Amino acid sequence: MSKHRIVLEHGSADRHYWRDLWNYRGLFGFLAWRDILVRYKQTTIGVLWSVLRPLLTLAVMAFIGWLFESKLPGNVPRLLLVGAATLPWTFFSTAFSESAGSLIANSNLLTKVYFPRLIVPASTIIVCLIDFLISFAILVVLMVAYRFMPGPEVLLLPVFLLLALVTALGSGLLIAALNVKYRDFRYIVPFIVQFGLYVSPVAFSSADIHGSERIPELLKFIYALNPMVGVIDGFRWCLLGDDATIHLPAFLLSIGVSLLLLVAGIRYFRSTERGFADVI
Amino acid sequence: MAEPIITVEHLSKRYLLRHQQAERYTALRDVLTNRARSLFRGGRQATSTEEFLALDDVSFSVQPGDRVGIIGRNGAGKSTLLKILSRITEPSKGRITIDGRVASLLEVGTGFHPELTGRENIYLNGAILGMNKAEIRAKFDEIVAFAEVERFLDTPVKRYSSGMYVRLAFAVAAHLEPEILIVDEVLAVGDAAFQRKCLGKMESVAGEGRTVLFVSHQMDAVQRLCNKGLLLHKGRLITDGPMDEVVKHYLQQNATAEADFRFEPPAEPRPAAFATELRIETPEGSPLPEVPIGSLWQARIGFTVEKPCDGFVIALGISTLLDLPIRTTWSTAQAMAPGRYEVLFINDGIHLADNQYKLVVGLSDQGRVLQYLPGQALLTISDISTLTGDSRIVNSRSGLLMNQMETRIQRIA
Repeated sequence: MSKHRIVLEHGSADRHYWRDLWNYRGLFGFLAWRDILVRYKQTTIGVLWSVLRPLLTLAVMAFIGWLFESKLPGNVPRLLLVGAATLPWTFFSTAFSESAGSLIANSNLLTKVYFPRLIVPASTIIVCLIDFLISFAILVVLMVAYRFMPGPEVLLLPVFLLLALVTALGSGLLIAALNVKYRDFRYIVPFIVQFGLYVSPVAFSSADIHGSERIPELLKFIYALNPMVGVIDGFRWCLLGDDATIHLPAFLLSIGVSLLLLVAGIRYFRSTERGFADVI
Repeated sequence: MAEPIITVEHLSKRYLLRHQQAERYTALRDVLTNRARSLFRGGRQATSTEEFLALDDVSFSVQPGDRVGIIGRNGAGKSTLLKILSRITEPSKGRITIDGRVASLLEVGTGFHPELTGRENIYLNGAILGMNKAEIRAKFDEIVAFAEVERFLDTPVKRYSSGMYVRLAFAVAAHLEPEILIVDEVLAVGDAAFQRKCLGKMESVAGEGRTVLFVSHQMDAVQRLCNKGLLLHKGRLITDGPMDEVVKHYLQQNATAEADFRFEPPAEPRPAAFATELRIETPEGSPLPEVPIGSLWQARIGFTVEKPCDGFVIALGISTLLDLPIRTTWSTAQAMAPGRYEVLFINDGIHLADNQYKLVVGLSDQGRVLQYLPGQALLTISDISTLTGDSRIVNSRSGLLMNQMETRIQRIA
């Protein structure tokens, strides 16, 4: 009997799923590599795009924050405050939309080759991660220009990057799987991204929300349900030492929602995955 | 007997067919509106889905080193079987045990990206087919040499000719080294020389003792390559045994094509004239269900004229199953009195490749269409040639038309 023995039965795909996923890590790398290559191949200014996009968002968001006189904590310059939020937001929005559409975009692979389907949406996020790292350089340049030195909290930044990734992957998996069956979801994605920008503390700061007396408690609670609130507040805390924005119960709530999204995303994805090739 | 490398027991695959819906996926809005509608009706709406058994209780086993040819008509379940064996889709019932690494090649160039160069695509495609980086690197030069694309390695494949593209794609797949290789009809591409090369490569793969499962419509290819055969028909396994016997069985089963076709009577109000039947015959007038490749045939169409026509024309068109018209012949316009008639369309030596074709019948009067019958009659050209046919017709896959051009070779220096 060979060590490669496999038994195919109805429902058998579940048995060795995680082991299979590990065996196919090479393909995961190759798909991510393909996306990165393709991303910069036919663009004249290539990598510059990943700088230009967050830079423009940053400028607009800083302008809006200034317009609405959102409060500045301590001695943090506005551009840095907005920058620390724009980066994770841009990462989330691209990672979420790309992974949500990834199964449809790779349908030719899904119907011709076997591999754990989780690889497809997961690998698209890698490109977005590269984009994030490139645009992170902008923030570093800005911090140097303002002679702003982050505190020791900056060491926790990878944790919040991971949290942003978990949020994007969880919601991306959910929408990607739904998208295979119900194509309506491709219209929902841009809406979520657009709407999300308004309800996340990018132009303003969470301190504006929690400190406000005009906003009823219920709305504050709903605000904290947005998983990106936790991510962005965490980024600001790590980079700017701005602990005014962190309202602990709300912060934990939003982290909880992120994790819940990941679990729900993986579970739904796994339960529908075996039918993908039949319906896509 | 040694332990089988693949055992398939009572395998079934069920698909749900949704009616009145062109696309396989659903739109959420439809689901919601259907729910809402059934709420108002106070009962469950009759679902318009139908079960379809793509595979029905199929059992067989494959010994290590067997080269198995899977044959059958379109819709017999061949592709579904390959998809289940390559784990793309799950069985609905039954059980398959596979003892070895499987590589499947259901399409040439799966995952090729047009923007990427030949070199990049070799790595990507290799990974998709299940090779790791070290394996691809070790085979890289061999792949490039086999595909004959050395000069274009760093050109994006979107600039490749289709021949180069296919050669590169096959080359990657041909250098896989799995214990079990599953191949769908991918040899039906590329020029004749490359096809021979591919077949040769597959023969050597099989010669190394690896197990090959091969789906093809090309009887000569499966007979050359395979020692065992499986014949599927409408999801059921018909025979299982030595390849030559299975091919013989298949050809006999296939000889059920028809020579006589009756057309449905036209709806009321009936047109002034309408065709009632069509028969495919030999030039001598005896029915010919299957036209041997390279042989002459004629079509006899019976029609009724009910009201006098001033400029009556009857036409016969031949088109492929994909509705690509090949040729259409019209009778000259003439006045017709009511009565029963027959018309003979005599094929004047245009030889079509072995396949099925739609025969399209149209009747008109002074340019107004009276009746149009798109493809209710089928012309079957079989790949079995006879001695009376044109002997120059050899390779039936060389094109749609088998007639040879006149060729002249002369010495000029």
